[in-house]
Amino acid sequence: MGEVLVLMEEIEKTFPGVHALNQCKFELRAGEVHAFMGENGAGKSTLMKILTGEYKKDSGRIIYKGREVEIVSPKAAQELGISIIHQELNLMPHLTIAQNIFIGRESKVGSKFLIDENFINEETKKLFKMMNLNLDPRTKVSKLPVCQQQMVEIARAVSFNSEVLIMDEPTAALTESEIEELFKIIKIFKEKGVGIIYISHRMEEIKKISDRVTVMRDGCYVDTVVSEDVTIDQIIHMMVGRTIFESAKIKRDANNREVVLEVKNLNRGRVVKDVSFNLRKGEILGFAGLMGAGRTEVARAIFGADKLDSGEIYVLGEKVTINNPSDAVEHGIGYLSEDRKQYGVTLGMDVESNIVLSSFKDFQGPLGWIKTADTRKIAEEMVSRLKVKTPSIKQKVKNLSGGNQQKVVIGKWLTRNSNILIFDEPTRGIDIGAKNEIYKLLNDLVEQGNAIIMISSELTEILRMSHRIVVMCEGRITGVVSAEEATQKLIMKYATNR
Amino acid sequence: MGNRVLKFMSTKKKSLVSPDARQKLLAFASLVVIFIIFSIASPNFCKFDNVVGILLATAVNGVLAVGVTYVIITGGIDLSIGTVMTFSAVSAGIIITNMHMPIGIGIIGALIAGGLCGLVNGLLIAKAKIPPFIATLGMMLVTKGLSLVLSGTKPIYFNDTPAFSEIAMGTALGIPNAVVIFLVAAIIGGFILSKTVLGRYTVALGSNEEAARLSGINVIKWKIIVYVLTGIFAGLAGILMASRLNSAQPALGAGYEMDAISAVVIGGTSLSGGEGSMVGTVIGAFVITTLTNGLRILSVPQEWQTVVTGVIVIGAVYMDIVRRRNANKV
Repeated sequence: MGEVLVLMEEIEKTFPGVHALNQCKFELRAGEVHAFMGENGAGKSTLMKILTGEYKKDSGRIIYKGREVEIVSPKAAQELGISIIHQELNLMPHLTIAQNIFIGRESKVGSKFLIDENFINEETKKLFKMMNLNLDPRTKVSKLPVCQQQMVEIARAVSFNSEVLIMDEPTAALTESEIEELFKIIKIFKEKGVGIIYISHRMEEIKKISDRVTVMRDGCYVDTVVSEDVTIDQIIHMMVGRTIFESAKIKRDANNREVVLEVKNLNRGRVVKDVSFNLRKGEILGFAGLMGAGRTEVARAIFGADKLDSGEIYVLGEKVTINNPSDAVEHGIGYLSEDRKQYGVTLGMDVESNIVLSSFKDFQGPLGWIKTADTRKIAEEMVSRLKVKTPSIKQKVKNLSGGNQQKVVIGKWLTRNSNILIFDEPTRGIDIGAKNEIYKLLNDLVEQGNAIIMISSELTEILRMSHRIVVMCEGRITGVVSAEEATQKLIMKYATNR
Repeated sequence: MGNRVLKFMSTKKKSLVSPDARQKLLAFASLVVIFIIFSIASPNFCKFDNVVGILLATAVNGVLAVGVTYVIITGGIDLSIGTVMTFSAVSAGIIITNMHMPIGIGIIGALIAGGLCGLVNGLLIAKAKIPPFIATLGMMLVTKGLSLVLSGTKPIYFNDTPAFSEIAMGTALGIPNAVVIFLVAAIIGGFILSKTVLGRYTVALGSNEEAARLSGINVIKWKIIVYVLTGIFAGLAGILMASRLNSAQPALGAGYEMDAISAVVIGGTSLSGGEGSMVGTVIGAFVITTLTNGLRILSVPQEWQTVVTGVIVIGAVYMDIVRRRNANKV
């Protein structure tokens, strides 16, 4: 390993209500692949955003190649030689590949105003040749499949001749063979002395590609270790920590209870293929798989949000037709989407209105007015039952934390008497404390006789919370495992369909 | 991986024309069809004088449309261009007629007036984060009021300076200067859009502003520049307008923004940003004037002409939506 490229020390960052980073440190050397691990919300992204100039640190030091630097903007980071490949694709779909890669650097030599289209196309060709990619630089990015868009992102970062390359979940949308290609590219950079920060949740990858591992938890630095010296289990232990999720998992035998939802041979385009499974009363059925495996699509299909090509759905043994979400709600199915802000809650409305939003019919007086005494009562009841932290039921939902917003959505479906609840990434983007509460809530809900489908990309969460686990890959169910036999390894095996 | 790429490319159905080109072709085809229909319906329509009339009538709206194309490509909107045009015309009138300054200064003054309005729009939108619709709606009222205040609610005539009306109405080979100015403005506009950094960032802003920001582009600065550019084009339209009428009419201008925006949309520029073309905008501008002109020749009442324009705009926007829906399906 070479010289120290980046040294971050005593980094502090506070967002309103959250102490995101507490005395964090990180060291990157030239020519190493440094895995950066931690659960969602541990503060990895925040620390990386500080390094790339997207966030400003409250205090602490960044030492770059022996010199203390202030990184004030993404551009400043780029100029220093720090590039990031974002997890979410950050491309401009209407521009071509070359235009995307060279955005900000497209002008002719000696002119700041005119674009040199030939130059950027030629440079992109050279870049692709080095990366062993066969793409026309003049193709519009919107015409590319996601995996190739990811490659364009990587090419863009590479084109800066950066000395520090941050990859945030670069393999989330890639297939096995593409991952192999990516690893080859990473090795080329390693040999050139580039330092690579590699963020991923896939343990096997970490063991395979990284030299060192740094783990963060709850906004704090945990440890940095040499990858060869630790096992996957040890890394997980560092990530999850002591016993922060004490009582979340109560295993009960849910096998003998009645089937509340059965799905047979669901098909929708290329994303859902021949999906069959059942869900029992008092059960949490985990849905595991990689990004794009088709889990959300299955949920949306059951909820009637997307139209099915074929397949049958049975609720409590009876065949039902679900053409739209209101049919699904009618049959007692509630869906809590991945993107709460977009589909789950009406941010501008207060807690009470959100809770009764899908059951106004039950609160109507003779002439269609709303019985406010009743709605207030049910809202109060839900708030205390779900332990929503809010000053009053008249508080606007946008002023609540992510975890509490989630609870309001749950309250909405419970008011509607939905007892089949589909949770799509229920803990994404909420902090660990709130996560734990959501877990407790899930347990309470199934204890009260509801049935839950929980889609999650966090394996630890799936393992901790599910009674049974359905694993999907490329639109198909590739395995169903019981909680007893489930291991991270087994699920990853099914999820990658090997 | 190479094989995969090739397979991916070959399984896609090849279409002779790209969807973008198709919209432009469609707009052009409808222009031709409108022309043919009116020529058959009325013998007067196809006469040289009437065609020149159409060209002349397109000039002002066309220049406005060229300018507002940029803002629309960024995913924004500028409702103030119509009254900014008037404000610029009044500015020219004050400088030339009231202050007795040379015509050249008046022209520059009008362009600066337009640019300043654009600058304020840009600052409000990019810096103060006011939604473009609201910010430019406010600017529309402000400039409308200012035009009336500065002119004392009366038209300012350019009777002392006959050369001023030559700017738009002078002819070369029977073609009025206004038409030539419009076409040159459109060519420059097209060049800026496709060949310069400004044009590239205009598209980038509309395509994915966050990605542009993370690419190190100074999003705020470029957005302001885009609105300034649109304002300058509105200023140019103001000069043409004043020259054509040989007067700055302070009460005119409201409603012009809708014609210009319609022209842009008919030309295939997407209201959701990220794509658009100057050629399309020019065709769109011609479609609108040709239609209005034809209907007038067929003695369709003014109020019905407005109805028809409205229907066409809704149709064009709907086509834009259908086109994008199909593009997303793949």
